[in-house]
Amino acid sequence: MDKEIQNNVIEVSTISKAFGGLRALENCSLNIQAGSITGLIGPNGSGKTTLFNAITGYERIDSGDIRFQGKSIAQSKPEQIFKLGIGRTFQLTRIFPKLTVLENMHVAVQRQGKGNMFSSWSAAHERRKALELLDFVGITKHKDLLAGNLSYGQRKLLEFAFILIADPKIILLDEPAGGVNPTMILYLADRIRELHQQGLTFLIVEHNMEFVMNLCQQVAVMHQGNIIAQGTGAEVRSNPAVLDAYLGGGLE
Amino acid sequence: MKKAESIILLIILVFLAIFPLIFSNPSTTSVAFFAVIFAVAAAGWNIFSGYTGYVSLGYAVFSGVGAYSLALICQKWNIAGGYTPFAFVLVAGLIAAVFALPVGWIILRTRRHVFVVVTVATLFIMQLLAYNLEGFTGGSAGITLPLPSWTGDFFNMPFYYGALILLVVAVSVSWLIRHSKFGLGLLAIREDEDRARSLGINTTMYKLIALMISAFFAGTVGAMISYFTSTVFPAEAFDPLFDIAVALMAFFGGVGTLAGPIIGALLLETLQQYMSLQFSTVGLDLILFGGLLLVVILLLPEGIVPSLFKLVSKMRASHESTPIPSSSAESTDSERLAVKEGKNG
Repeated sequence: MDKEIQNNVIEVSTISKAFGGLRALENCSLNIQAGSITGLIGPNGSGKTTLFNAITGYERIDSGDIRFQGKSIAQSKPEQIFKLGIGRTFQLTRIFPKLTVLENMHVAVQRQGKGNMFSSWSAAHERRKALELLDFVGITKHKDLLAGNLSYGQRKLLEFAFILIADPKIILLDEPAGGVNPTMILYLADRIRELHQQGLTFLIVEHNMEFVMNLCQQVAVMHQGNIIAQGTGAEVRSNPAVLDAYLGGGLE
Repeated sequence: MKKAESIILLIILVFLAIFPLIFSNPSTTSVAFFAVIFAVAAAGWNIFSGYTGYVSLGYAVFSGVGAYSLALICQKWNIAGGYTPFAFVLVAGLIAAVFALPVGWIILRTRRHVFVVVTVATLFIMQLLAYNLEGFTGGSAGITLPLPSWTGDFFNMPFYYGALILLVVAVSVSWLIRHSKFGLGLLAIREDEDRARSLGINTTMYKLIALMISAFFAGTVGAMISYFTSTVFPAEAFDPLFDIAVALMAFFGGVGTLAGPIIGALLLETLQQYMSLQFSTVGLDLILFGGLLLVVILLLPEGIVPSLFKLVSKMRASHESTPIPSSSAESTDSERLAVKEGKNG
């Protein structure tokens, strides 16, 4: 049991967050095991994105604690959290449209020392790595194109690739399959599996159940700001509380 | 395109270097001095506002601080007119840069439209302070700077070449920043600040450093102009028209580009000086100037430099035998790849 706790990359313990009268998160707890792919599902408005924002420093939580590899990150800023090794994508893909694809890749490169900030944005080894990652997601050909000219699916791939350049330990994906064609979804799932085999941990918010059930070993279900069930896909699917949340509860 | 821009800039700088040797008439070199010093201002403005997208209409806050710094330094230390005050122009720039730290720390808590309004407000606060801190600034009577002993044809030369050196420095710094990791971070802030944060960029620090570099150039510009006119008054040092002029020059030439703000400043300032010389008796200069700006904004909304480059690449594309497919229509590599993999799987 002790070992299991050690193996948690992220531990969210009883956090709460309210926006005025709306309680977006209420005593929400979730542990993410190192090397796992965890799916986070739940009806719209159940607090999934708020939980993402809390973990990545965009929302200050009202109470509770969030730890990354044992250290509290509840008070950290987004840029500090990224530097620790937590990368994220956004529900609506966010890239830098007026920079080229290659420039986009370099934004997330982390350098040691402040003096290095004023040397060239594209050092040889950084460029090599950027091109490798573009290869990995299959958009190397477009490296000199302005990123705003990419299709929606390609933007998702780019956003995915530029997070990888900083060697994150865990990646939080907010609806990676949203608005993307089915073949691209399979392609993306393959990339995720490959990175997972290399030891990367994933937390994925997704509405596409097929995608989640095929990819994730663990599935957590959110409802009204809380995790109501966690387990394998099959366990979660047969959980009455989950059925209630999705199909409308209130049956006494 | 980047290379073309650098070459254009080099040509401009070489032209500016020999300009007074060809046109040595003092009334011409005086116009040339203002054109070059405004080019420094526009380039400096561009380092912060152009690269980060934080449009500032309070740039005169820092040029005013530079102007008063030089005036006070010369007054307190009894510095005589000559070449010495030019050395203190750099000190005035540094003072303006340091001054930008607390100012930036406060005003950079806002974004977009609010930021613009706050910069304007800051400017008027500074102007009011200059009027009212009489013991320090001399109030509305202003401060007189030492008068250089140069006469006639030579008078403008030290100022002109001093401004040109500043311009070379401003261009070099702009170029270095644009090609650095720091500059890429600034552009990322312009595109999507929150996204930049989630990629590990300390946006607050980036913006502050950019503002300080930008303020340095504003400070030197303010100091140079005040030494040239030998006076500094609150209304001229903290002049909202200066801000609007500098911002317009940058937009006119192409905001965020290397050469744009400099080309914009050289053209607009020359034109404005010429028009006020020719038509100022009836106030026609401002109307003509405003009308011209409207026409340019209608025809070249992105500014001269980006519009020209677009035209060139369009012409090149039409010359090539194979038409370039538009990016939206092309079926993309990764998608095709995905189709293949999907079929295999």
